[in-house]
Amino acid sequence: MSIFDKFLRIRELGIFSIIIIVVIAASIIDTRFLTIDSWRAVLLAIPLILVMAMGQMMVIICRHVDISIGSILAFAAITIGFVFIHYPETSLWMALLITAFVGLIMGLINGIIITRFNVHSIIVTLGTLSLYRGLVFIVSGGRQIDRNDIPVHIISFSQTSFFFSIPAILIFSVIIVLISHLIMRHSVLGREIYATGSNPEAAHLKGINVTKITLFCFGVCGMLAGVAGLFYASRFGYVNPGVTGVGIEFIVIAGVIIGGTSITGGSGSVLGTFLGILLLGIINVALPVLNIPGEFQKAIYGLIIVLALSLDQLIIFRMKKLRTGSNA
Amino acid sequence: MLKKISIYLSENPTLRYWIIRPEWVAVILLILSIIASLQLSPFFGDLAFIMDSATPYVEYGLIAIILTLIIISGEIDLSIASMIALTAVIFGTVYNAGFGMPLSVLIGVLSGALCGLFNGILVTKLKIPSIILTIGTLTLYRGIAQALASDFSLGGYPSWFIGIDYRYVGIIPIPVIIFTVFALIVGFLLSSTIYGKQLYLIGTNPQTAKYSGIKVDKIKLLLFTFSGVISGVAGVLTTSRLAVARFNMATGAELEIVLMVMLGGTYIFGGRGNIFGTFVAFWIVVILRSGFNVARIKIESQLTILGAMLIIAIILTNYIYSKSQK
Repeated sequence: MSIFDKFLRIRELGIFSIIIIVVIAASIIDTRFLTIDSWRAVLLAIPLILVMAMGQMMVIICRHVDISIGSILAFAAITIGFVFIHYPETSLWMALLITAFVGLIMGLINGIIITRFNVHSIIVTLGTLSLYRGLVFIVSGGRQIDRNDIPVHIISFSQTSFFFSIPAILIFSVIIVLISHLIMRHSVLGREIYATGSNPEAAHLKGINVTKITLFCFGVCGMLAGVAGLFYASRFGYVNPGVTGVGIEFIVIAGVIIGGTSITGGSGSVLGTFLGILLLGIINVALPVLNIPGEFQKAIYGLIIVLALSLDQLIIFRMKKLRTGSNA
Repeated sequence: MLKKISIYLSENPTLRYWIIRPEWVAVILLILSIIASLQLSPFFGDLAFIMDSATPYVEYGLIAIILTLIIISGEIDLSIASMIALTAVIFGTVYNAGFGMPLSVLIGVLSGALCGLFNGILVTKLKIPSIILTIGTLTLYRGIAQALASDFSLGGYPSWFIGIDYRYVGIIPIPVIIFTVFALIVGFLLSSTIYGKQLYLIGTNPQTAKYSGIKVDKIKLLLFTFSGVISGVAGVLTTSRLAVARFNMATGAELEIVLMVMLGGTYIFGGRGNIFGTFVAFWIVVILRSGFNVARIKIESQLTILGAMLIIAIILTNYIYSKSQK
């Protein structure tokens, strides 16, 4: 196999070329798209989704899907909002710890129900999606957390920077992405997650504790959704129980799937997910540039999910054919 | 005593089969929820009130019946709520574009059929797992509805069309009659015809079903299309009830529809379940929801209870099946 062949077999190549095509198309139609401002907009749009996508990617590689993350985000955000109201001097690190803990607990609850009772994760998280959303309303009493409730040092977290005028929130997300990459590619745990996803029975026979791995994935997914709750409060400056995080799970799932993570488990990469989320961010910014009204955004995301799913399935068909062909 | 009963039951498999069934959980829950609601307010026993509060859920109930069939055949359709919104918006757009009412209704229902067909083709031809595919089409259909209607409410229907929930036969509103008749027909088809038996076989073991000459893919395709058609009907019914069509109607209705099916004791992995259970579960949801409203529990807080009930219903059904039908 030549180097060129190997290069063509990299799964992320497809999504990378789509990004290039979209960027070139958008900049031909309107050169404003290539300005620093619009890239700043792209990079500011993605940290939230990027952080959540890392957890979701692990869950999907492990052959599950978690659709309750939007509600976990809202619950963590509302919790930290009330902490800020009563203790405005809470430091950023303390806030991170609290939201991560809240998210972790909620993710683990999902994981425990799924592993203990062996029910499909989408149905369980469809239930907890509503359950957690209801809890958000009960805890907050329907009250919104306003901008003046959130301390200045939290707001400035997403606006100031300590490194080349890159917002701190983005640097934080990139650190989380790098850690995820280290876990998935260079640790035994990561290998075990891939093994569990590609064949749970075989993984069990090989001595991998499938229950523990599944719990880990859901725990991390919940934890990162919780952290995203703090990012939300910092980035948008308000938390509304009825609006915050509604429907964000579908954007995250779209990003993960178009990043080449197979829904049948066992394959996918941090780089692919990152590129997938980047593509969504670029589309988000490119829509107004291309004079497409914002109402089309959801339809386009939906179309992307369906296309990515179909493409993924076609790749699997093709690989099966190649495999049986080589055997014959 | 309890031990004696369990020994007696284990000696009589037929009796055990009839007594340990998840539908009875639904019936018991229904009785419990009626008692609980009566405690909340003595006026709750008014049959006309319950009938009236049932009408908003008829649209969900109709779809829950089709979803029961789909889940029995081992698939699932989560794009139903988005299909309600999309068909309603298409219906409203077409009507406002000057087509007559009959033609608009037809186009609305047909668009639902197309959506369902699209789901079905991707599931049967490309073999994408339906549970994840319909999560994708859920976003897609809702998105198309939003792109079509943007933030407008499509109204302006003739007065005879509006308010189907205010037409009664006796004290029973017409939607409830539609729902009951539909449940009876589908229940009969499922329990007493060859098509029903085929569905159970497909859900139990699709491979065997295929080898015994059942056209598995064709039947699944038909079911998904049918789900779209009924969503179209539900979309038109909802438009008639609300007098407007919006892209965000029936948001989150997946929960209630899936809840109705799961509470009714349909097995999430396919092959087991029946329409009677779903029918009873429909009334549980109606009585609980109106009971909550009487008790002045906020609509958003009710979500917690419904979500918890969904999870408990699945766990309980799995447990009962693992006990009774090994």
